[in-house]
Amino acid sequence: MAHFTKATSVKDWLNQRLAIEKVEKVMASEYWIPKNINFLWAMGMVLVITFMLLLVSGIFLLMYYQPNIDTAFYSVNYTIMREVDFGWLWRHIHGVAASVVFLIIYIHMFTGIYYGSYKQGREMIWVSGMLLFVAFSAEAFSGYMLPWGQMSYWAGMVITNLFAGGSLHADFLVEWIRGDYVPAQAFLTRFFMLHVLLIPLAILGLIGLHFATLRIPHVNNQDGEEIDFDAEAKKYLAGDKAGSKVMRFANDFMSKDMMVVGVYLIFFFYLVFWNYGFAMDPVNFDPADGLKTPAHIYPEWYFLWSYEILRPFSVDIGLIAFAFAQVIFVLLPWLDRSPNTIPANRRGMFAIWFWVMLVNMIVLTAMGKLPPEDPFSTIGLVSALLFIAQWVMLPFITKNEKRA
Amino acid sequence: MKNKEPIILLVVVFFSLLTYYLVEPYAHHVMHKHVESEGFAYKDLPELTKTGDATRGQELVMGAGACVGCHSIEAAGMPAAMEPQMAAASYGVNPPDLSNAGVVYDEKFLADLIKNPAHALKVEHKYTPESGKMHPMVAFYGAGGDIDQEVADMVAYLKSIAVSQEELTPRMAYELACGRCHAMSYENWTQIGEKPSFKHEKDSLAYDIKVLEYQDSLKAYMGKLPPDLSMYIRSRGEHFVSTFIENPQSHLEGTAMPRVGVTAETAEKVIEHMQDVGDTKRHEREAVGKNVMIYIIIFAILALLWKKQVWRDLH
Repeated sequence: MAHFTKATSVKDWLNQRLAIEKVEKVMASEYWIPKNINFLWAMGMVLVITFMLLLVSGIFLLMYYQPNIDTAFYSVNYTIMREVDFGWLWRHIHGVAASVVFLIIYIHMFTGIYYGSYKQGREMIWVSGMLLFVAFSAEAFSGYMLPWGQMSYWAGMVITNLFAGGSLHADFLVEWIRGDYVPAQAFLTRFFMLHVLLIPLAILGLIGLHFATLRIPHVNNQDGEEIDFDAEAKKYLAGDKAGSKVMRFANDFMSKDMMVVGVYLIFFFYLVFWNYGFAMDPVNFDPADGLKTPAHIYPEWYFLWSYEILRPFSVDIGLIAFAFAQVIFVLLPWLDRSPNTIPANRRGMFAIWFWVMLVNMIVLTAMGKLPPEDPFSTIGLVSALLFIAQWVMLPFITKNEKRA
Repeated sequence: MKNKEPIILLVVVFFSLLTYYLVEPYAHHVMHKHVESEGFAYKDLPELTKTGDATRGQELVMGAGACVGCHSIEAAGMPAAMEPQMAAASYGVNPPDLSNAGVVYDEKFLADLIKNPAHALKVEHKYTPESGKMHPMVAFYGAGGDIDQEVADMVAYLKSIAVSQEELTPRMAYELACGRCHAMSYENWTQIGEKPSFKHEKDSLAYDIKVLEYQDSLKAYMGKLPPDLSMYIRSRGEHFVSTFIENPQSHLEGTAMPRVGVTAETAEKVIEHMQDVGDTKRHEREAVGKNVMIYIIIFAILALLWKKQVWRDLH
């Protein structure tokens, strides 16, 4: 057993039992961050804050929401929106944060792709991040079912139908997922469970994993510079703060994180109070009606690009393309054959690949929402083919990249 | 080293806004037909050429015009002859009480309605000769004199007994213009009126049965039960609701919903009532929003100052 002495202070008491000083060093003051990074490196903190907003607002909503197909819509639109003090605020925060969190995730992802932050020891950062993306997607979808509006019902119908696998006609799988032939009570209750328990647990675990993956390879930097963290940290601790290439996570980088968070929150609350329509689809303010299909069924904006990869093809090919789009990002660290961990603008062909990918995904997003008629469906088809072609090309264009 | 942050920010903002523009304003522009409002001018209806006389109008409304055969006028001491569900069984929908018709409805609309109901209501497609159906409101063919003068007199009478525009509350406007077909459950409104709170459950159930009977007649008359409008201000938005009230056919050609014929002021009140029901916290949202903004801006300034202080030693 460890040897304990009489504590001289509360801190000392805790130190003997929990090593809080050491923990603080490891997690904050001696967690070294390169200095040559820009505000895009604060997106992780922005995501943490947004997740906290989702969690807290979700807890308040959970106190009044009723997962019952007869009362769910009423509990959201009457009880929470009208009766509960500030219920409307919690709902708007929850709805807007659920949408904005994906904007930040995409910025975070494309930052990683641009600076090559998934290579040479950082593969697990990327993989755990992509797992988080999948978990957040499931969380967003299951949450979208809960108000039991028209879009909840019909999105639930369409997305669960995908599991029939086209010509495989695996209807038993669809029924197993729904717990019924159509989305009904069993469906709502299980998605409620997924949304408030199982997926949040997975997300919390994955966030822990995502942080842990950063520990050994350290955060990348914007110049593709290989930094000797131990040597630079020594320099910093010796007093040469200005000369060292690294800084403490807290308070050094944290202060910048908070500055970015401040600007972000101004934008976020502007959306919550004055421009929430994009995140709270009007169609979902009609109660679910299994006998009335909405004129246009579309997913929320953050799923549109993958929806558009599914849509322009025949059912089976569409499903294969869709499945491809879902998993291909995870494989990025192995599809990129180049040894260079430098920003895309110094990587020749890859720079073109990056910007085409970004613009093409925006085109796919737009076409995914527009009705499937010409010229939109043709543009969508070309974009979807381009998306697939780009991923097939990636190993070849990166293999011949010159070593920087 | 050059500071690249402004250009990076510009790139991030540009692509975010581009995506927003494409999936929101642009996609909605493509998906939903844009209907311009005429400002409730009812340009397709003829102007009133004669000046009406309310006294003669009263005689016509009570007598030769035969309005009171079906309509109650409580303001003139003429209560409804039947309960709403009974009236709906006869006419399909409960004929409105005319007390405030003069303030709720446009005068051109009222005049045209008296002479040719299906035309004013824009439901002539429902009452074609082939259909063999007649609009439940019988047209007025004149009482022997100049029909335009007689119609103008009746309109003048209806205007003379109505409350003033200021006295017409948003709730009254909704009840008269929409409430006989559209329930609003969040305000306890049924098609036969606001449901009272009953002491005994059997009385409450008896009331519900009347509502159901009314709804059965209404379903047979309209083809389907008109929707509950509690959340319509959020599900359809102000512009849609307003232009839909002005002319339902402009959005939904062939719909059984009649043109309501309300004045621009009444339409505004109807929308206000819908906001009072479906967006009750809009004023609080504005007020809280401002305070939150002030708080967050102060937070952002403090965060900026903190960053500057911490980073002074790092360069």
